[in-house]
Amino acid sequence: MARPGIRPLPAGAAAGAATAPGPARPWGQLRPGVVALLAAALALCSLIWMFQGLGGGNRSFILWLRAVKLAGLITVGASVAVATVLFQTVSANRVLTPSIMGFDALYVLLQTLLVASAGVTGFAAIDPAAKFLAEVAVMVLLAGLLFGALLGRGARDIPRMILTGVILGVMFRSISGFIARILDPNSYAVVQSVSFASFGRIDATLLLPGAAIAAAAIAAALVLAPRLDVLALGRTAAVSLGLRFDRMVVMSLALVAVLVSVSTALVGPVAFFGLLVAGMAHGLASSDRHAVLLPTAGLIGALILVAGQTLFERALAQPATLSVVVEFLGGLFFLYLLLRGRIR
Amino acid sequence: MIRIESVQHHIGPAPILSDISLELPKGRLTALIGPNGAGKSTLLRLVARLERLQAGRIAVDGQDIARTPTETLARSLAIMGQHNNVASRLRVSELVGFGRWPHHRGRPRAADHAAVAAAIEAVDLGPLAHRFLDELSGGQVQRAFLAMTFAQDTPWVLLDEPLNNLDMAHARALMARLAGVVRESGRSVVTVVHEVNYAAAWADHIVAMKNGRIFAQGPAEQVLNEALLSELYGTPIEVSSHDGRPLVLHHHAHSEAELMIRVAS
Repeated sequence: MARPGIRPLPAGAAAGAATAPGPARPWGQLRPGVVALLAAALALCSLIWMFQGLGGGNRSFILWLRAVKLAGLITVGASVAVATVLFQTVSANRVLTPSIMGFDALYVLLQTLLVASAGVTGFAAIDPAAKFLAEVAVMVLLAGLLFGALLGRGARDIPRMILTGVILGVMFRSISGFIARILDPNSYAVVQSVSFASFGRIDATLLLPGAAIAAAAIAAALVLAPRLDVLALGRTAAVSLGLRFDRMVVMSLALVAVLVSVSTALVGPVAFFGLLVAGMAHGLASSDRHAVLLPTAGLIGALILVAGQTLFERALAQPATLSVVVEFLGGLFFLYLLLRGRIR
Repeated sequence: MIRIESVQHHIGPAPILSDISLELPKGRLTALIGPNGAGKSTLLRLVARLERLQAGRIAVDGQDIARTPTETLARSLAIMGQHNNVASRLRVSELVGFGRWPHHRGRPRAADHAAVAAAIEAVDLGPLAHRFLDELSGGQVQRAFLAMTFAQDTPWVLLDEPLNNLDMAHARALMARLAGVVRESGRSVVTVVHEVNYAAAWADHIVAMKNGRIFAQGPAEQVLNEALLSELYGTPIEVSSHDGRPLVLHHHAHSEAELMIRVAS
């Protein structure tokens, strides 16, 4: 019986294999096409962002301002994208995002508690970088404690974990809401400003530590990529193959906590953006290997934010609307997933 | 040999396994039989370290599963579970490729690709090797997972009700394949079987469980008799013989009273 070869293709045949319906790409082989294309598109958008309409005035000042914002958008886009892909892998579910587990609600609660206890002046007086690092640490610790306790019985009950996360998220939001109600109006205004997403207000002081932490977390996710592939097979198969499943789940959730902290600190909570990006990455990458999926998702996330902000700020003169549009599109995509029955 | 010593298991207050001590012979096809809720799957999952061992000791070829690193155990023991669905969109060859993970930890070599090809061939999925799993029937997906456990190339293969979702042709082919694996490559296979006749026809060794205890064990012709099976399943069962193997007639009872007399005598 004639049978298409399963033998590994020589490296040179990679490009052909990616398009041909016949032989599958062998283990671990990347598909450089999509990733390279996305990287090129991101570079192009970044150049337009940096140099479009650059007048003769204070060039270095404008360039610096733009560079900070660009770096912030790329950091946030990549962080949200990678966090969502990681979370979807752990939960084996394509319609979940970390915000469903209450990760960003936890972050907002921390902010609210801080404002309530330190007051507006105290809140403003804290060194932003130190505060940010402490917040990331607390987030990882709390996420570790909460989800570590949930996973104590061996991470076998993912649906229970997610339900608990949803309930915790509602609880965090309610507590934040309650505290916000009893705050004085000035403090309330501060809480309000951290509780809503705005891609326009990236804090330059947080950018350097944020970008560094996000880069480290994304690098860690890339190192873990082959193990994430095994994790995605489900608990029985993964344990049978010798993966330390429970530890891998906790590590992935810790990375999610770090990345969500970074993006929430920089622009505020975003709910559906990650969903949109992860869905697009799964569609474009055409391989569910995380070594391909994670860079694809990260680049798509960064590209959408940079291109979107360029469009809205420069062409449409509506710098504040990007978060609304992105969330709207993400929400539509969520409905599409629901209607297409893509939920497993 | 898998040696199980005084293993107990509780879920909440409910005892699932009570004081199990058992040896599973090497180089044989062993079938675990028994009524629903007897604890067969739990025992298998305990051996495969999918459940945490609460009391007792389990050793696979002398390796204590509580102390041996899980990466090492993955080269001694493979398990195929009851529910095989994968969140990722994978091709058959990719899925089977994961069977080699314990050997290469992410960096496959030529030998790994050859083993994957051989495993796919062994379950007759060659022509479908490049299909995505969601383009296959339930039975074909099952075979792909079986190929993954074969590709893992472990001395022990554990299967939790592999005959679920299979029609009789595929069920028989699967049992023949397992018997072939045991005979030709000297591997040991332990499988939970619900349809006793597949155990009767193919198994070398039978372990019967009831209410979380070992009810009987031994060669098929010893264990599969009318009195023992009737008591095991709590219903009158006739056993005939076909081709020198026991044939269990449990589908139809012509006269309850007559059967009771036969069993009693």
